[in-house]
Amino acid sequence: MKIFFPLVIVMILVLLVFAGIKANLYFLFGVVIPYAALAVFVLGFIYRVLKWASSPVPFHIPTTCGQEKTLPWIKQNKIENPSSALGVIIRMALEVFAFRSLFRNLKTELRDGKIVYGSEKWLWAAGLAFHWSFLIILVRHLRFFMENVPVVLKTIEGLDSFLQIGVPLFYMTDAVILAAVTYLFLRRLYLPQIKYISLAADYFPLFLIFGIVLSGVLMRYFFKVHIVGVKILAMGLVGFNPDPKILSEIGAIFYVHLFLLSILFAYFPFSKLMHLGGVFLSPTRNLSNNSREVRHINPWNYPVHVHTYEEYENDFRDKMKKAGIPVEKE
Amino acid sequence: MYNAGKIIFGLLIFLALVTFPFYNNIGKVSAKPEPKIDTPEIQKLPENERKCVEPKDFMRGEHMQMLNDWRDSVVREDNGIYMSSQGKQFNMSLQNTCMKCHSNKKEFCDKCHNYMAVAPYCWTCHIQPKENKS
Amino acid sequence: MAKLPKPEELSKIDLKPPKTDWMDTPVEFKEDMYCWGAKGKNLKVVEFPNARDWSPKEEDWKLPENWKEIVMEAFGDRLSKYRSFKLFMDICVRCGACADKCHFFIGGGDPKNMPVLRAELMRSVYRKHFTTGGKIFGKTAGARELTLNVLKEWWYYYYQCTECRRCSVFCPYGIDTAEITMMGREFLNLLGLNIDWIAGPVANCYMKGNHLGLEPHTIKNSIEFFLDDIENITGIKIEPTFNRKGAEILFVTPSGDLFADPGTYTAMGYLMLFHELGLDYTWSTYASEGGNFGFFTSNEMGKRLNSKIYAEAKRLGVKWILGGECGHMWRVLHQYMDTWNGPADFLEVPKSPITGTVFENAKATKMVHIAEFTADLIKHGKLKLDPRRNDHLKVTFHDSCNTSRGMGILEEPRYIIKNVCKNFYEMPENTIREYTFCCGSGTGLNASENMALRMRGGLPRANAVKYVHDNHGVNMLANICAIDRATLKSAMEYWVPDVQVCGIHELVANALVMKGEKERTLDLRLEPLPGKAEKEGNE
Repeated sequence: MKIFFPLVIVMILVLLVFAGIKANLYFLFGVVIPYAALAVFVLGFIYRVLKWASSPVPFHIPTTCGQEKTLPWIKQNKIENPSSALGVIIRMALEVFAFRSLFRNLKTELRDGKIVYGSEKWLWAAGLAFHWSFLIILVRHLRFFMENVPVVLKTIEGLDSFLQIGVPLFYMTDAVILAAVTYLFLRRLYLPQIKYISLAADYFPLFLIFGIVLSGVLMRYFFKVHIVGVKILAMGLVGFNPDPKILSEIGAIFYVHLFLLSILFAYFPFSKLMHLGGVFLSPTRNLSNNSREVRHINPWNYPVHVHTYEEYENDFRDKMKKAGIPVEKE
Repeated sequence: MYNAGKIIFGLLIFLALVTFPFYNNIGKVSAKPEPKIDTPEIQKLPENERKCVEPKDFMRGEHMQMLNDWRDSVVREDNGIYMSSQGKQFNMSLQNTCMKCHSNKKEFCDKCHNYMAVAPYCWTCHIQPKENKS
Repeated sequence: MAKLPKPEELSKIDLKPPKTDWMDTPVEFKEDMYCWGAKGKNLKVVEFPNARDWSPKEEDWKLPENWKEIVMEAFGDRLSKYRSFKLFMDICVRCGACADKCHFFIGGGDPKNMPVLRAELMRSVYRKHFTTGGKIFGKTAGARELTLNVLKEWWYYYYQCTECRRCSVFCPYGIDTAEITMMGREFLNLLGLNIDWIAGPVANCYMKGNHLGLEPHTIKNSIEFFLDDIENITGIKIEPTFNRKGAEILFVTPSGDLFADPGTYTAMGYLMLFHELGLDYTWSTYASEGGNFGFFTSNEMGKRLNSKIYAEAKRLGVKWILGGECGHMWRVLHQYMDTWNGPADFLEVPKSPITGTVFENAKATKMVHIAEFTADLIKHGKLKLDPRRNDHLKVTFHDSCNTSRGMGILEEPRYIIKNVCKNFYEMPENTIREYTFCCGSGTGLNASENMALRMRGGLPRANAVKYVHDNHGVNMLANICAIDRATLKSAMEYWVPDVQVCGIHELVANALVMKGEKERTLDLRLEPLPGKAEKEGNE
């Protein structure tokens, strides 16, 4: 059910596109839905982040992963246990760009009654490959949204296709992302523990992204669409002046691509995909470990009922006096 | 501890990134590429014979693949004749067949290629046609 | 309590999850895996709600009629108070990196002890009540209603987490199960559902100043008992002070060290070290607890107990505070105390009167860790040490969860150990420093009725100790945590019987050559020092 349900949903979404095309709903699929999806994405993303931001960080709780700053002759681990803003920035950058924590991953196994820990980098490698490919692919797509494509983009594209296989040139990221998504799916399917913890919400984005990549790959290499038409539409969209005439000339598979992407964007703010924004707000990573040096303020800190020394002495005064322990009131 | 400043700063970066395609195009007029097929060679042909080796829609999507196949066929298989879907034979040659009619690279090929920011590597081997700068 | 199975039995672990989905697998209260429910009288002392005697074994937990309302209201309230909680409810992608990092999962194989599932127990309820998707799609979206069974599941599993934060080291978003367990326990405590092993110490600490409920004269008696032993060993008579106004330093350490060995030897170590330094310090009977079982109860209770330390420092007019060896105590002192009960502007920035070192890193809280203090002494050559007295020991060091992952005090204890004994061996690198394993009994789970849980949780640590025991002949497991000293002792007896447990200041005091001491023949455990036994035997 957890796998089947999201798979069926994605398949229905694909069928919806074909039905829509049949019914001549080009404007809906080519203009209305993409706009709506982007609006939901941007506003939803901001809303979610602000919602997190509306709760304070009451305590200073970095997870420290190295020696703290103490005595001057003890070498501090300034990145894994930062005490300065720069240290935190480097720690966060490593986390965001290199998945530092995931790189630590170990595999715990029981062998003849002994527990052994093996290095386990596959998740890290696949995760990193997936996210970086996704980013490069997104950036590459900017060529559809710019009249004069800057050299940087052309360079990225050139690097991505430098193997010069086939025509149009084959992008390495297309293969990498397909392989990575497949791996991420298969590990949910075959690793018993991971399968056990997986929810429909874990499979859905995988299927969706797989669909987006697959439709993209198919239209680039196999079922060609009117690519100039795609750019005319894209330029029209970003100029808030889409050309309705071009819509019907592009080709159905493009609309599959665009619609699944729109669904992904619209789904994003309501899902675990918000880890994109959340990772920056994680208080176990984005705080410096200086809570003994600088007082952290909790905005809702409130006075509590305590058992005062006076009450304590009242309870034990005689015993204290007998034991020769000084008291306030004789 | 809300870190409101840092979060708002982060959100502004997010906004700047996702809306980039929009504000980047403000004030820019986007012209659709219109490749010209009015070369003298084409003009010379009678109206009903002004046809490419394959239908226009096919050529638009597949010309790169066709040229690639032609090259392989000529260079590696020593076969220089293309049989079109209409049953006509063509000499597999970019310069002698394609460019014979489409002698206006700048007004034809480059129009879409530049628009789409693709850089075909035809001209790393072939000599670019010398066109009158117009 | 059933008889604990033999180690060979207990270490047969199947890490494969069951066939039924976790939401369809009702919680099963397994023998020896949970603690007794909090007694009404202990909850009453701290004015906690629903104070009554109850038993987790019984069907009826004697909950207030509106228990669900109470929990859901608190849930919403904590979401608005803790960004960590809200964020950690939302952003988990269930990548599973944390799954096999929990000592309870490794040693037990119960899938709900995978940190991700432990959190999902709460996330599922969060989705049902606080997200649109959860409300609409229900179980498909991983959402479920908070039912009595779910509440019991929470109780069972949030008292099977020691808030050790090992999972948070591996999480790509830093999701910290400790934060979720803390919330779980907050909610449970609103219904009077603490465990008695926490509620008892909390009540004690609130009224008497320490978890063990030692009254002022008893504290003094216990310490005097140590002083006799010290005199026996060194010939030196030490006279510490209690509740003395005007002392330079207030010393606070977990009360566990005053009560049972091997913690008591660590306490003797402090006494000997401070005497040798001629330190102007005092013990307090009011703030006689460094640890904080309130922290394992609720945020508010943690603050209530912690308040005594600054209050007492202020009353006595000391300049700064020195803290003994303890794990969660230092998590609290390092990350919570100043926020809760600060600012400590009535104190001065700590400065070692012996070396003149100013502890800039503690300039706000004004509280220094004794490992920092002692390492500084050794570095400045202020201590005369004879490490040969520890020659009979082959030592390894267990990093405590809280001091390594909630503070980062890793090098000081190692520096001290290397200076006071010659045989030091590290455990495998995946089990020390930030990767260290919990003793298996932290956060107030060091009771006796849950011994199977404790031994299972202690297995990964014990397994690593066994490795250095087998390969290097290690026979002493040093640490800087009172709970470790109490609990690793049982874990070692069970899993690696030839290894003993000690605090590092026991090792320091053994090696410490004191002015005017007689020739020592005994260590702090009143066992013959290396080489001395034969001599005596020959005479």
